[in-house]
Amino acid sequence: MNKWTRKDLLGLEELTREEIEIILDTAASFKEVSARSVKKVPALRGMTIANLFLEPSTRTRISFELAAKRLSADILNIAPSASSISKGETVKDTARNFEAMKVDLMVVRHQSSGTPHLLAKNLSAGVINAGDGAHEHPTQGLLDLFTIREHKKKIDGLKVSIIGDIAFSRVARSNLWGLSKFGAKVTLCGPPTLMPRGVEQLGAKVTHSLEEAIQDADVLYLLRVQLERGSGKGLPSLREYVRLYGIDGERLKKANPDVLIMHPGPVNRGVELTSDVADGKHSVILDQVTNGIAVRMAVLYLLASVRGRNVKTTHS
Amino acid sequence: MDKKAILLDSDGIQRALVRISHEILERAKGTKELALVGIRTRGAFLAERLVREIEKIEGAKVAIGALDITLYRDDLTMIGHQPVLHKTELNFDITDKTIVLVDDVLFTGRTIRCALDELVDFGRPKRIQLAVLVDRGHRELPIRADYVGKNVPTALEERVEVHLTEMDGKDEVMLV
Repeated sequence: MNKWTRKDLLGLEELTREEIEIILDTAASFKEVSARSVKKVPALRGMTIANLFLEPSTRTRISFELAAKRLSADILNIAPSASSISKGETVKDTARNFEAMKVDLMVVRHQSSGTPHLLAKNLSAGVINAGDGAHEHPTQGLLDLFTIREHKKKIDGLKVSIIGDIAFSRVARSNLWGLSKFGAKVTLCGPPTLMPRGVEQLGAKVTHSLEEAIQDADVLYLLRVQLERGSGKGLPSLREYVRLYGIDGERLKKANPDVLIMHPGPVNRGVELTSDVADGKHSVILDQVTNGIAVRMAVLYLLASVRGRNVKTTHS
Repeated sequence: MDKKAILLDSDGIQRALVRISHEILERAKGTKELALVGIRTRGAFLAERLVREIEKIEGAKVAIGALDITLYRDDLTMIGHQPVLHKTELNFDITDKTIVLVDDVLFTGRTIRCALDELVDFGRPKRIQLAVLVDRGHRELPIRADYVGKNVPTALEERVEVHLTEMDGKDEVMLV
């Protein structure tokens, strides 16, 4: 098996398929830890990890926090309101201060694309992108690949339809990069106003018809309508979105009998999908949540082993 | 370094495993509350073989598990080190059982220390014993084996290589 050598995880765009496979295979071994009665291993004892979330998040933050705790690392949670960023300090300065306090890894979420990249360039600590603007959300993409691989036993050749607000979605971008590296056939489906121009050049098929996206698909990946991020501006009304792109039991009947329903959460019930679909037998939405912890444990573990080597080198 | 001496051949390994099986049964007075846990990778294969031998002798199948001790190592951050992670599988309750840990080579004792730490995170066994195919000395921790296939005095710079059919195509223990 190849070795993981990167100090940071910034996006799936720059990773090779082999690197993604290292993460997924490592995650498969970590899944068992969360099923133990003592859900903890001492692998990252003595490491300090900071959760620097400068945009609201519950699920991703908690998932990283649990992942760190199950590896016995110490974790700091920093929210924008409780940090000096509210006093006007730049993100870079905040992060450099954490580094001065010997934080080993920083998990960063920011509303501007590229913030984690800026920090990664300026810090010796490892940086994990936990979502930057509409750019990438690599650990979400990884946990989605993991969940698809777990259920379908492969990713190559699968037909995956990503449905909804493509324009504002970093989840769609990370998934598109990841899925195409594994040879999946990706279809992007959504209203023209929420479809970025030229996205076909990334190798995806584009359609505005939900029926077309459902037909023959192995995976239906529904994106959240992110009213807070601007999805609303591209929609005449939520009701029209539901009528054209919402998935209900009736529409699901036209799908493959073994289709997977996925969603990055939180679900807007009755918008992207109805409750019977969200809780139905095709849904693997809660598996995604469970797998998220294993994938994040794998990412923290791999980056920590690189970090450990770097620290040792600079001290000797 | 290219001088290789064979310490155990295929028959030698088999005889050692049969003897260890008898010794385990004698000490445990049967298979009741007995379980074998192999340390990945080769210890897990040896544990499977011991379970088969015990079944031949007593006609009863004892519980078996496998540990991957990677996450319990104390050298994760050492230069150049990035072990491949495998799964730990312990699908039974170890509490109040006699657990026999199985590994191929006993050297510094650090692997066994990791395995003991990991094992007690799963419960409280009545006792833990250790079975190894080769004890080559040079302990760095106060750990000893209860069942030994072969004691081999070695120099620190020598290596003991264990090959097992399950992953290496043949059974052989060599001193390199």
